[in-house]
Formats: sequence, structure tokens, C-alpha cells
Amino acid sequence: MKKLINAPDDVVSDALEGLAAAHPSLAVDMDSRVVTRAGGPRPGKVGLVSGGGSGHEPLHAGFVGYGMLDAACPGEVFTSPVPDQMLAAARAVDGGAGVLQIVKNYTGDVLNFQMAGELAGEEGIEVRSVLVNDDVAVEDSLYTAGRRGTGATVFVEKIAGALAEQGADLAALVTVAEQVNARTRSFGIALSPATTPASGRPGFTLAEDEIEIGVGIHGEPGRRRGPIGTAAQLAETALDAIHQDLPLDGEVLVMVNGMGGTPLIELYIVFREVRRLLAARGVAVARNLVGNYVTSLEMQGFSLTVCKLTEQFTELWDAPVQTPALRWGR
Amino acid sequence: MTTPRHSTILDTAFFTAWITRAAEAVEADRARLSDLDAAIGDGDHGTNLDRGFAGVLRVLDSTDARTPANVLALTGTTLISKVGGASGPLYGSAFRRAANILGEAEQVDLPGLAAALEAALAAVRKLGAARDGDKTMVDALAPAVAALGAAAADGAALLDALDAMVDAANAGAEATIPMQASKGRASYLGPRSIGHLDPGAASTVLILTALRDTAAAAARSGPDVEKEPDGDDGD
Repeated sequence: MKKLINAPDDVVSDALEGLAAAHPSLAVDMDSRVVTRAGGPRPGKVGLVSGGGSGHEPLHAGFVGYGMLDAACPGEVFTSPVPDQMLAAARAVDGGAGVLQIVKNYTGDVLNFQMAGELAGEEGIEVRSVLVNDDVAVEDSLYTAGRRGTGATVFVEKIAGALAEQGADLAALVTVAEQVNARTRSFGIALSPATTPASGRPGFTLAEDEIEIGVGIHGEPGRRRGPIGTAAQLAETALDAIHQDLPLDGEVLVMVNGMGGTPLIELYIVFREVRRLLAARGVAVARNLVGNYVTSLEMQGFSLTVCKLTEQFTELWDAPVQTPALRWGR
Repeated sequence: MTTPRHSTILDTAFFTAWITRAAEAVEADRARLSDLDAAIGDGDHGTNLDRGFAGVLRVLDSTDARTPANVLALTGTTLISKVGGASGPLYGSAFRRAANILGEAEQVDLPGLAAALEAALAAVRKLGAARDGDKTMVDALAPAVAALGAAAADGAALLDALDAMVDAANAGAEATIPMQASKGRASYLGPRSIGHLDPGAASTVLILTALRDTAAAAARSGPDVEKEPDGDDGD
């Protein structure tokens, strides 16, 4: 294992200190392990809290700021944060209008956020949670923990975040967040695995010409393994999986997400193919993100996330945002 | 009804000794647990659980626990605060629910212990929504709790009952090897999860074995179990 770390046990805390030093717009509570906006809560505004295992940067701390999250709770690498962090986050961002927890569908995240929500409720903080589960690679949720939460998280955080900034109440935010999740699907393909600092070994192994089709953001297996194809072929595989689950039409928001180890030049090639394939189906890419937004350490590959836009989504997507990883219009 | 061979007292010192022994066992087997997890999860079960139990030892060391329930509640709360993932809430809730059952009692008898572990199992089942055969810690814990309960109902001696509990836990954990996971991250492996021991079942065996070994050590050294950690175990 070759990594730019000091010690496996210190990865998250060292990175958080670096994050705090790099971004004065963030306040990083090293004891509670909570990242908030430096300004503190705005009275009357619903606080948006998300969190999950570390190793997916810029998710979630990179999306803390005006127009998106109020707080992020980073866990150990690929390990859910603990309820104490989410409770501390809820206390820190509650401006009297309640707290929305944005939770990716992994057993650990779900259980810890659930406990935190109960604890915050006992303290008189109104907490609602929205589950993100957009990964169509998981076909049979009866025999699994269900569809995993992945790229749609960025869309939910941005669109709900923009609506929260306009003063929407908690119920309205739950509604829009659930609508974004319902209209968004993702599919990932890995060319190479990730190695967590704690284990020191790759999470899975692939032959030289082999790829994992439908990979999860922690390297969970997908639908199958197969030989590598062209960018056009891989884009088609991902898009077909999404389209079969949620027929696409009209205008869409597309994210071609690198997994941490993919050169941007290759992501642009994938985006080119996705846009061409969608156009052939009569679907217009009205908005896009191409880059590293939901990474899996140094995994190589890409995930495709497509959201069927509504007028409201587009307007909220375009609304000003100022975070370390997304900023426009302000 | 048989008379217990030993008058081991299950008091606050005993429960502290159990948790201490469990923490030592998790630390010693940290790499093995993570290796088991690497096969069907993401390879950090040992690391996470060890971080949690190390925190538990610090808390128990700095807190004056007054009852067995105190010890278990502190253990559960600290595991929830330190472990993360699914195993933090699951083990944490298990210990806290067990503590609730014990109430203010200063000493616990075998039926009381069985009832506490029954409650722990119920907590895990409720929170994790795992059924028998899902390849989770439930597959070790459920038969262990059943064996302990049956032994307690039969009026078995404490050590015999705990032996039966550990045997059942071991058999239950072994039985997870041919199972296909349908809960947690391992579930995404589908058939590829077959052939591996579930790491949660393995850590459950460690914790229950520590309980049995603590009782056995207490029986050997007499009722004063507080001496035990400095006994013949070494470091």
C-alpha cells in the first residue's frame, strides 16, 4: 500500500485538519467530528445534515456551504459515522426550523442516523430523514440491504439545499428531496479497486482486462464482471441499466463521476458518449457535472447519474451555491 | 434441581471483568475479524470493534459503575459512540437492552443473565431486521441465547449453562459459512458470500466466550473476581 498518509488511524483527523485549514468558510469541530458552515445556523432556516464514511470526498464535507449542506459528519474510511456526530451536527445547525438528515442507504448509515434522530428528538429538535437509494446495479433488494445510495446524494443535497436557502419548511424539503431521489438513477463501473488505509489491501481484485459492472461506492460487487470495452460501450452499458429502470425523456441532469482514480480526460470522453446516446433517444442534457464528486478512494472507473429534471429542479439546481466542491452564481 | 457447584457471584465486578476480557479478546483477534470482513465486507470489523472496546475500557476505568446494568449500559453507549457502521448500533443496543432488563439488581443469577441476553438478541433482531439464516451475528447469538435459556430453565449449573451457550454460538457461527448473506454490505456479493464465516457471528462468539471464561476464572479463584485480571493470564 502506497498512500499519502501519516498513519492509518490518523487519516480522517489529519484530513479534517487540512480541510479546515484550506477552507475558512468551514468550521471543523475536531472533537465532535462535525463540519459546519463557519457562520453558524441561520434562524428560521432548516438545517441540512448529511454524512457517511470518509473516502468519498468531496462528499459530504465538500458540499457544506451556502446553498447546500449546513453540516457533514465524516465517519472512518468507508465506515458510517456515529450518532454522537449527527446529534452534535443537529444541535449545531438547528435554527429552530428543524433538521433534515440526508442518508445514503447503507445499513450502518441508516442505523446511526436513526439513533441520532431519536436522540435529537428527545432534545426537542425536529428531525426528518430522507433515504437516498439510486443505484440500479442492485437488482434484487429482497435478498440484499436494498439499493445503495450514491450519486443522487449530490443532487439531493444541492436541490434541497437551494430550497432550504429560500426558507422552505422541513416538510417541503422532505418532499423535494424524495422527489429528486425518485427521479434519479445511478450505475457505476470500476476498472480497478480501492484500498482502505486500515486494511492495506485492495477491496477486490480484477484481471488486467476485467471490469466490475455495477460496482458500489465501497467496491461492493455489481451485476457481473466482464472484459473492458470502449468508453462508448461502457457508457451505453451504464445508460441502458438506468434507462431500463427509469425510462428517460425530456431534459435531464447528468453527472459523470470519477471514482477518485480516473483522469478527467477520460470522464469527458464518457460524457461525450452519454450525451450522444441520450440525444439518440431524444433526451437533452440540460445540466451536467463532470468530475470527481463521489469518490471511492483511488478506485478507477466512473459512475453515471441521471436525474429527470422538472422546472423546479432546474431552477433550484441553478440557484447560487458556494461550497468547496460546487460553486456558482454567487 | 441440581445445586450449582460454585457460588460464583455475578455482580458488578464480574460484569466488569467480562467486558474487560471481551475487549482483550477483540484486540487479540482484531486482524482475524478484519480478515473475515475483507472476504465479504470492507475489511474493518476488527478495527472498528477494537476502537469501540478500547473506548469502553477507558470509560469503565474512569467511571464508578455501581451495578451490572451500569457496566452493560456504559458498554453499549460507548460502543454506539465509537464503533460506527452497523455493528456499533447493533452491539451497542444489545448491551443497553440487556442493561435495561437487569435494572437496579446488584447481583444477577443465571435466569437473570439468560433474560438479559434474550433482550440483547431481541434488540439486535429489531434494529437489524435480520432473520435466522441471513448470515449475521444473529446466527451465532440466537442459538447461544436459546441454549443458555434452556440450560437456565433446566436448573443447570452456571458453568455448564455457559459452556452450552458457547458451544451453540460456535456451531451457529460455523453454520454461517455456507449461508448466502442477505443483510448488510455482504448481501451485495450474493452467491459470492457463500463459503465465508460471517465476521459479526465471529465477534459474537468472542464476546460470549469471554463471558464463559470470566465465569470459569471466577470459579477457579473464588468469589473475589476483582483479582482475576491480575491472575495467571499475563498480558
